[in-house]
Amino acid sequence: MSKYMVNLKINNIPVTVEEGTTILEAARKLNISIPTLCYHEDLSVAGNCRVCLVEVAGAKNLAASCAAPVSEGMEVNTNSKNVRTSRRHVVELLLSEHNADCTKCFKNGHCELQDLASEYRIGDHVFIDLVKPQDKVVDISSPSIQKDDSKCIRCQRCVRTCSELQSVSALAVCYKGDHQRISTFLSKPLHEVVCTNCGQCVNRCPTGALTERTYIEEVWDAINDPTKHVVVETAPAVRVALGEDLGIETGTRVTGKMVSALRHVGFDSVLDTDFTADLTILEEGNELLRRLKKALVEKDETVRLPMFTSCSPGWIKFIEHTYSDFLPHLSTCKSPQQMFGALAKTYYAQKKNINAKNMVVVSIMPCTAKKFESGRPEMRDSGYQDVDYVLTTRELAMMIKQAGIDFAKMEDTAYDSIMGDSTGAGVIFGNTGGVMEAALRTAYEVVTGREVPFANLNIVPVRGMEGVKEAKVMIKDVLPEWSFLEGVELSVAIAHGLANANKVVQAVRDGKASYHFIEIMGCPGGCIGGGGQPIPTNPEIRQKRADAIYAEDEGLPKRKSHDNPEVLHLYKEFLGEPLGHKSHDLLHTHYKARKRY
Amino acid sequence: MSHIKIQLKEAQVNQLKEVCRSFDNDPGELINVLHKAQGIFGYLPAEVQEVVARELQLPVAKVYGVVTFYSFFTMQPKGLHPISICMGTACYVRGAEKVLDEFRRILNINVGESTADGKFSISCLRCVGACGLAPVVTIGEKVYGRVSPDGVKDILREYEF
Ligand code: SF4
Ligand code: SF4
Ligand code: SF4
Ligand code: FES
Repeated sequence: MSKYMVNLKINNIPVTVEEGTTILEAARKLNISIPTLCYHEDLSVAGNCRVCLVEVAGAKNLAASCAAPVSEGMEVNTNSKNVRTSRRHVVELLLSEHNADCTKCFKNGHCELQDLASEYRIGDHVFIDLVKPQDKVVDISSPSIQKDDSKCIRCQRCVRTCSELQSVSALAVCYKGDHQRISTFLSKPLHEVVCTNCGQCVNRCPTGALTERTYIEEVWDAINDPTKHVVVETAPAVRVALGEDLGIETGTRVTGKMVSALRHVGFDSVLDTDFTADLTILEEGNELLRRLKKALVEKDETVRLPMFTSCSPGWIKFIEHTYSDFLPHLSTCKSPQQMFGALAKTYYAQKKNINAKNMVVVSIMPCTAKKFESGRPEMRDSGYQDVDYVLTTRELAMMIKQAGIDFAKMEDTAYDSIMGDSTGAGVIFGNTGGVMEAALRTAYEVVTGREVPFANLNIVPVRGMEGVKEAKVMIKDVLPEWSFLEGVELSVAIAHGLANANKVVQAVRDGKASYHFIEIMGCPGGCIGGGGQPIPTNPEIRQKRADAIYAEDEGLPKRKSHDNPEVLHLYKEFLGEPLGHKSHDLLHTHYKARKRY
Repeated sequence: MSHIKIQLKEAQVNQLKEVCRSFDNDPGELINVLHKAQGIFGYLPAEVQEVVARELQLPVAKVYGVVTFYSFFTMQPKGLHPISICMGTACYVRGAEKVLDEFRRILNINVGESTADGKFSISCLRCVGACGLAPVVTIGEKVYGRVSPDGVKDILREYEF
């Protein structure tokens, strides 16, 4: 059915759009920019900030363009004197209630409110300063997220993010009038409530009210300490997004430049989390096969299926709070970040003759929840805290700038060895569907001795940005030891963003869906859309990053985790076999039930 | 903010669940459920909000958002002698705020709080319709008219302050 089309004029330029389009969307089609604060492409429309006001001919009042639909013959002016004055007043009012200490603010230079203030050249406050001193207390209870109410403009993007995209609702609009603020239950510290540390609210907060807890200074201190050997690991999704914060076009792969820059910054060993992503596949793939065998052959009723992936720490905390009865469904595999840390301070330390005590492991992640994960008491299997500091992609970009590195001019160099080699299967961990695809590439081959039956190894059904994806793979002509899988149709599902994860778990719990294996990523798009990635984020940006990940995969000589020579070597020299004794000690973990209310 | 930690008795939890059920556990009925709950408990402590959230399948932060939005809801228990000061226009212009300040000063509590011994609590009201008597204060069922700051002490003495 073709939609009804509407003709209108914006600033005297005619445009034709579908019925139901907002004035803001129509203006963007004409490349006319209208400022916004509460509006975000990923979220429902709130229409509460009034900064997007425009003049509509014949209307008495200015209209909020993010909420007002177009109509036939409409004439819109986005730049009249009235519009400019009103917008300026909106920004001035917001600033009068704002603790505008920009020079001390983490968002300095990346702030939508600051941008508007500078665009409208707002100097001295016309309105009186209304910042209340009691609002200046910053919540730093969480190791991942920092909440500073004195920077909040109450646009409610965070509230909508947390409920619409993540179905967590750790934050709500509380109190009213000039007491209104964004609060947790009973105004408790973030660390004590259901917050998953996913950082999606941070990605969408237009100001410095919600930011990551930063550990840049601690990392500089470690680098500058001559007694420390500082190892850095980089997650798959960082290499396709880092450039955005360093003046390089969205969707550009900067792997080689990033490796060089990390050396210039001063890290002693530059290694890759992709290596442990490959390792995860061997452990987790074998765990799945073992569970299937126990369930199908030994009829062991204690084995829980479907098995859920466990590499996304936001998802882990979500399930610990929300579905604690489902914890036995989680794979016991640690995330690649934590496998890396545990091996760095044991295997790597031994091989390189470094005293693990003097080793500092820094991980660069697209994620804020990883900061929380690294501090979990279970993550000390090396005898030390396995990963010492976690920095976001954004924090790394800041360090690169602080070091005075001209990133665009960096040469491409390769990761150090060992624990620096990876396959395309490790890289695609960064995308929703990637862990599933990598697991299938390996598991299918283990069971049948043949490659997965998809052209060029690209398992297209598990790719793409749909919230919940399903796929089935028929297993035929298996190797003798796997005869119990002959003719089994392996049924899998993939969800990204916790609201979608929630739907899948509900469906499984209600018996409405049955799968063998489910991949869950806490963030929309998977890690490429993680809470630690460059801001802004929207569907188009996430798609470009995802495309870059698949391009990186196709460009690598090896694309199956079980072909990673360094991983094979690791098993031969150190671990023994997948799910073996050492693996159990270093690479697997357990979970804990947490309070929901 | 300080919170009084209480333990709901099983019977109270069941009573609360019954209230939720009487509204079909419909999250859209949150305000009505809270209204009833406050009728039972006199206030809405954290534990009550948690039970309501669980029964109506709502995030507990949202329940808290609603409780803090409406001035009708309170999270503090009322005192044995709940003091209400009218803040309607007539009372306000005739000095209700000064009267309120005097109550706060003497009892050393804020609006919405109660004294440590649980004897008195202070709340503010919109117009009670006794404008001829402004400023008006009620304690329990009893109405006091033309209250002046100087008279506050005498009133409290009636309650063995
Ligand atoms: S939030 Fe933005 S405007 Fe406010 S202090 Fe930080 S940088 Fe400045
Ligand atoms: S914390 Fe940020 S996103 Fe949330 S309401 Fe405040 S300014 Fe908006
Ligand atoms: S970090 Fe995630 S779970 Fe926590 S408040 Fe933000 S959006 Fe919600
Ligand atoms: S962006 Fe339109 S009202 Fe906020």
